[in-house]
Amino acid sequence: MRRMTLLMGAASAFVIAAAAQAQEITIATVNNGDMIRMQALTSEFNAANPDITVNWVTLEENILRERITTDIATQGGQYDILTIGNYEVPIWGKQGWLVPLEFDAAYEVDDLLPAIRGGLTVDGQLYAAPFYGESAFLMYRTDLFEAAGLTMPAEPTWEFIGEAARKITDRSADINGICLRGKAGWGENMALIGSMANSFGARWFDENWTPQFDQPEWKAALQFYADLMKDAGPQGASSAGFNENLTLFQQGKCGMWIDATSAGSFVSNPADSTVADKVGYTIFPDAGTGNHGNWLWSWNLAIPTSSKNAEAAKTFITWATDRAYTELVAEKEGWANVPPGTRTSLYENQAYLDAAGFADEAKAAMDTADITKPTVQPVPYTGGQFVAIPEFQGIGTSVGQIFSAVVAGQSSVDDALAQAQSLTTREMTRAGYIK
Amino acid sequence: MATQETAKIARIMRAPAIILLLIWMIVPLAMTLYFSFLNYNLLNPAGNSWAGLFNYKYFYTDPAFFQAVWNTLILVLGVLLITVIGGIAIAMLIDQPIFGQGVVRILVISPFFVMPPVAALIWKNMIMHPGYGVFADIAKFFGAQPVDWFAQYPLFSIIIIVAWQWLPFATLILLTALQSLDGEQMEAAEMDGASFFSRFIYLTLPHIARAITVVILIQTIFLLGVYAEILVTTNGGPGYATTNLVFLIYRAARLNFDIGGAAAGGIIAVVLANFVAFFLMRAVGKNLD
Amino acid sequence: MARAVTTRAKIGFTAAAWTVALLIFFPILYAIITSLKTEPEAIAGFDMIPSFTFESYRAVQTQNDYLKPFMNSVILAVGSTILALIVAIPAAWAMAFSPTKRTKDILMWMLSTKMMPAVAVLVPIYLIFLRFGLMDTRVGLTVMLMLINLPIVVWMLYTYFREIPGEILEASRMDGASLWNEIIYVLTPMAVPGIASTMLLNIILAWNESFWTIQLTTTNAAPLTAFIASFSSPQGLFWAKLSAASVMAIAPILIMGWFSQKQLVRGLTFGAVK
Repeated sequence: MRRMTLLMGAASAFVIAAAAQAQEITIATVNNGDMIRMQALTSEFNAANPDITVNWVTLEENILRERITTDIATQGGQYDILTIGNYEVPIWGKQGWLVPLEFDAAYEVDDLLPAIRGGLTVDGQLYAAPFYGESAFLMYRTDLFEAAGLTMPAEPTWEFIGEAARKITDRSADINGICLRGKAGWGENMALIGSMANSFGARWFDENWTPQFDQPEWKAALQFYADLMKDAGPQGASSAGFNENLTLFQQGKCGMWIDATSAGSFVSNPADSTVADKVGYTIFPDAGTGNHGNWLWSWNLAIPTSSKNAEAAKTFITWATDRAYTELVAEKEGWANVPPGTRTSLYENQAYLDAAGFADEAKAAMDTADITKPTVQPVPYTGGQFVAIPEFQGIGTSVGQIFSAVVAGQSSVDDALAQAQSLTTREMTRAGYIK
Repeated sequence: MATQETAKIARIMRAPAIILLLIWMIVPLAMTLYFSFLNYNLLNPAGNSWAGLFNYKYFYTDPAFFQAVWNTLILVLGVLLITVIGGIAIAMLIDQPIFGQGVVRILVISPFFVMPPVAALIWKNMIMHPGYGVFADIAKFFGAQPVDWFAQYPLFSIIIIVAWQWLPFATLILLTALQSLDGEQMEAAEMDGASFFSRFIYLTLPHIARAITVVILIQTIFLLGVYAEILVTTNGGPGYATTNLVFLIYRAARLNFDIGGAAAGGIIAVVLANFVAFFLMRAVGKNLD
Repeated sequence: MARAVTTRAKIGFTAAAWTVALLIFFPILYAIITSLKTEPEAIAGFDMIPSFTFESYRAVQTQNDYLKPFMNSVILAVGSTILALIVAIPAAWAMAFSPTKRTKDILMWMLSTKMMPAVAVLVPIYLIFLRFGLMDTRVGLTVMLMLINLPIVVWMLYTYFREIPGEILEASRMDGASLWNEIIYVLTPMAVPGIASTMLLNIILAWNESFWTIQLTTTNAAPLTAFIASFSSPQGLFWAKLSAASVMAIAPILIMGWFSQKQLVRGLTFGAVK
């Protein structure tokens, strides 16, 4: 009888142990090309880790952000891995909602680009692993510039860009001098306008958190933007985001385009772009301030503290953000398709530099982006094209709505600035920043 | 038919639906009411405190508030006008003897099957886009400047998209009502010399009055809560041109994560909706009997 | 309305009707055409002739398996409709045939439960779902969809049942039929068209519900609405793929509607006694 019990005990212990090995993790992610590629490569992960099943939830960025935030704030435990930006990481890391990540030596954590890594570290602790990084730069049509007799300087000023754009604009030929974002949203038009404002020497708030829309720098920046869009911008600009401008550029209808460095891979892809071989790249313009906007964005993988499978999640994150993963993608789909902007080693890899003609400029853009000191004047916040406070999503979108009305011709620059000022003051007072 | 026995059975038959809806209404409503009196921000769960009527005051003093209420009413009225008038017209047209009536019917009904976000995306990018949309191509064909719909006529554009989606519903209900119209009476009136117009006013309209009422009531309930289309196309802009009440609540709930504020907004929206429903019932309610 | 019309008039009406129908259907038609284009073609401007490639459909299926969300959509739509009918038919019956002074008030109250914007009540519902383990379950979502559409179902059924003429019931009662026989042999056949209509309407409403089906699901219960949400507005070109995904999402319901359109259109008599 005792032997039977012992056997049963042993058998059940074995079963329990075996069952404990098989884990399931759910990853919530954004539906861009790099993540979809990763999803397609899950079989490779499973080959190396057969006991972990990965469930994918891919959603459009805004919906994803809502879902994830609701889940993590209510400690719902629905997801084991979150794909979040460097906007959420410092906020949630400070809240204690993310599991701090420690990697062993094989991961080469020092290989991560310092600017990116800095954005994900709170009190010296890393809270997310970067998967994709971008800054912003200026893309321009080399052929149109040549035809107009213009040469793009290494560090263009906004003044030069304004002149060049107006010169290149040819409405009858459906050529817009410059295409810029105009669609309302904190991550849409405000990403661009915020960076522009930085480069004009403006800032969102002063050290006492008073909004600065009534200052001359913001007026200069917004007036320049509004005039430029009117004279040289495309039709429908007030609802144009990244995708709309990408479409226009690929069809040859933009002389210049300032947007995320990831656009480089799209505009230089001959399969989709009609002007693939005619694109030049240079750094984000400035207004003589030496500040190039400081746009820095990374998509990162993080583990919420409410996850019940943190170990397995960590295994996946290590696999997905390791150097070996980049090499895997390069092997399967070519170097032009590897997720950019996270590791220094990528930009020292000749094969990558050959495949991605814009890689140097992209890296240069990322190197100059300092989100800890994003503005010329001192500020109480971090963040280049955003402000790393939780309230920014709402404020940024409301201000974005007001500014897109200017582009739509529905509001004057002065009215818009006044509205932005009063709205932001109201919200910041509500949130307790302004006493 | 209402004998004592049937009245008792009737009460029992009504009960499940009423009880379910009661629970469904009360629990979330109570929680929302409770939250509306709190300073409850999802991103700062530890900082809950009593706020009294502050959330309501804050929501009500939002610079966009009155425009949002106005936009909501315009949106509802606009879509109702287009769908009811258009619905009657199309229903009358389809009711005629035509070839391929079945196919025509399914084509007319089809917009109702498309998910709102998808419909909005299609309209925004393939049809109304001033650069490469269908309307732009048509305008260019006639040598005119393409209209930037979402910049120049944002609320009108949203009304068009929503009306397109609801036209099938209205047409369907009105068509079924029309199909029971007494043909002989119509012919008699025609032979008596009544014009098309007076036949329409005195015979057709009264007959389909109940159907129109059902359409108006059900559509109003849905239209007061339109927000997917706005989110996908204009994000409430430019300025506050397409911000309706629900969008304001969305901004509070999903962007600011101000649950207390969103709850207050929700209560305000319910009160307003009840207002609208009350007047609606006064205006068209007698048609239901 | 079978009136004799001249052939000329018939042709005239046909032309007008077809024009209107095609205009209304055009956006969907264009989406179908776009789904058969390649991505660069899709944004190249207005073009009615695609290159008839199925690469977008292949890409969609590879990226996100269609079958599971499809099954979920079917289960949610049909399940919530059946549940709603079980509860609503008795209620509508009672209200139509034994109306009380409060009947109209009750009906208005039911409709008023839909006045609360979903977005305002999201967090309370979310918390309730989490608490009771209903998150991302088909059961939870089915009940949810049933509750939000129940008022409409009751209303529609009530309106249909009101059309059933009382005289026929009186006649059958005078012929000696019992209440039960009355229900099965007299009322039911007359109510079936109305019930079918309402059933189809509810299936459509549940199929297209884009808010709760995305907020309360992750992987297990996610229906086609979530499937579509993974194809909209990523970075880069996606029009052909979004069109393909949309066609895949609306095709089942469109086909169902096509085959059942007679039911959708019949049923209501709205006052005339045939």
